[in-house]
Amino acid sequence: MNNNRQTISYMVPYALWIGLFVLLPLILMVTQSVQNIHHQWTFVNYTNFFSSGTYLKMTFNSIFYALLVTFLTLLISYPMAYILSKLKHSQFWLLLVILPTWVNLLLKAYAFIGLLAREGTVNQFLGFMGIAPQQLLFTDASFILVATYIEIPFMILPIYNSLAEINPSLTNAAHDLGANAWQTLRQVIIPLTLNGIKTGIQAVFIPTLSLFMLTRLIGGNRVITLGTAIEEHFMVTQNWGMGSTIGIILVLAMALTMYLTRDRKKKRRLR
Amino acid sequence: MQKIKLGRLYLVLIFVLMYAPIIYLIIFAFNQGDQMAHFTGFSLRHFREMFADHHLIRILINTFIVAFLSSILATLIGTFGALGIYQIKRPGIKNMILSLNNILMVSPDVIIGASFLILFTLGGISLGFGSVLLAHIAFSIPIVVLLVLPKLNEMDTALIRAAQDLGANSQQVLNRVVLPYIWPGVIAGFFMAITYSLDDFAVTFFVTGNGFTTLSVEIYARARHGIDLSINALSAVMFLFSLILVVIYYVITNPKYNKSGLKLRRRSAMKQRGGIQ
Repeated sequence: MNNNRQTISYMVPYALWIGLFVLLPLILMVTQSVQNIHHQWTFVNYTNFFSSGTYLKMTFNSIFYALLVTFLTLLISYPMAYILSKLKHSQFWLLLVILPTWVNLLLKAYAFIGLLAREGTVNQFLGFMGIAPQQLLFTDASFILVATYIEIPFMILPIYNSLAEINPSLTNAAHDLGANAWQTLRQVIIPLTLNGIKTGIQAVFIPTLSLFMLTRLIGGNRVITLGTAIEEHFMVTQNWGMGSTIGIILVLAMALTMYLTRDRKKKRRLR
Repeated sequence: MQKIKLGRLYLVLIFVLMYAPIIYLIIFAFNQGDQMAHFTGFSLRHFREMFADHHLIRILINTFIVAFLSSILATLIGTFGALGIYQIKRPGIKNMILSLNNILMVSPDVIIGASFLILFTLGGISLGFGSVLLAHIAFSIPIVVLLVLPKLNEMDTALIRAAQDLGANSQQVLNRVVLPYIWPGVIAGFFMAITYSLDDFAVTFFVTGNGFTTLSVEIYARARHGIDLSINALSAVMFLFSLILVVIYYVITNPKYNKSGLKLRRRSAMKQRGGIQ
């Protein structure tokens, strides 16, 4: 096992993979972003991006919607994770949370087309209630609804994990010291699950920024996310330079999100 | 008591909401009519139509071929990659390789898809089966590495030393000691890679040409044209298949593994671990 030559031969395909499929694509994306349609070197994509109201507004909207979806997901998931952590057979219930994530994303989106369509089930129900058929599909609200639906398990899981790690004697101590349930939650449980919340935010916010198929199928192109813009530039207008520039912006947004939600405590412990 | 009831109610409500769209989809697969709004009667018509649709069956076969081939190759490369990483002594280099390993896990699908599209086009690889296969291998490798590496790390090095003392050469140590020990991780990696491949839409969407499609891309194309109940029939079959995969996965892997498997379920969820050591 300590044979050096053997280590190298193990690593060859893997190292090739890192070079060809991790580093090279990123380098190519950066070089594309500083080229115009005629493959001349220029920063025109970046200057266009930052001087154009449309692009900036699109970016702002995308971030706004992703934040909204993240917030709603958190609001629904935290109580859910809390209740799950109190259950007896919580592993089984957790499996039920995970199972929908094994269903293809496209199929879930497609289900919502049936639910929200003009002649769809929700509208039939609304008609039954006496509210005239509403335009539900292809609205901002439908995008937010479906995106929240899809992301909920990814928020529940990390929060559940951090709740499960809490030592029950801590909450007992809070009770003994006279804290009521609300105070215990606010001053003990939530601070202790902060890392789970941060992880959940990472796991929801960034994918929501890049959900392009949802904006097409459910949002009816009313909501344009950064992901949609990238897809548009690569597959429709074939302006790869601009697409790559938006891609770089998305990567930067991702890096910033990860920096803001990083696990501060762990770093300190390492030092 | 009141509080517990309220909690249970919330739990049930969220579970109902989580499963309603999926069940709705499957119920309408058995609809006699052509719409996903009025249930006009039970019929297996759409299943028959689905299985008679040669185009769709071919896509289904394509999807599974890509999933199996890419997972096998990714498992091979990833397992040997993990073995290599395990043997690196210098922590700096090790951490650097682990960070590179995680780049594809944390990147948004759109970025992976777009950058692979640039790579294949500039590299002269024609878009189709080959490019989709390569892309799936590429994004499955880090998953395998992340499932195999913990197994290697928890292995007692005394085992290896004992084998060497008994005269085993490095090949024998690998085959008789290391591989059997990490086997559950390898299998878990393989299954996870299959589900990633079956599930993937965004990356595949970017790197398929005109002639080649996988199921997700086809569903996307059909869903853009509106309701088509053969998609429902397909989703019922897919759900059953996913259920079987889940069961196999949970039977094969031990409970401790489940946890890391859950965390791995979504590429982006990996960020939480901030470099897996």
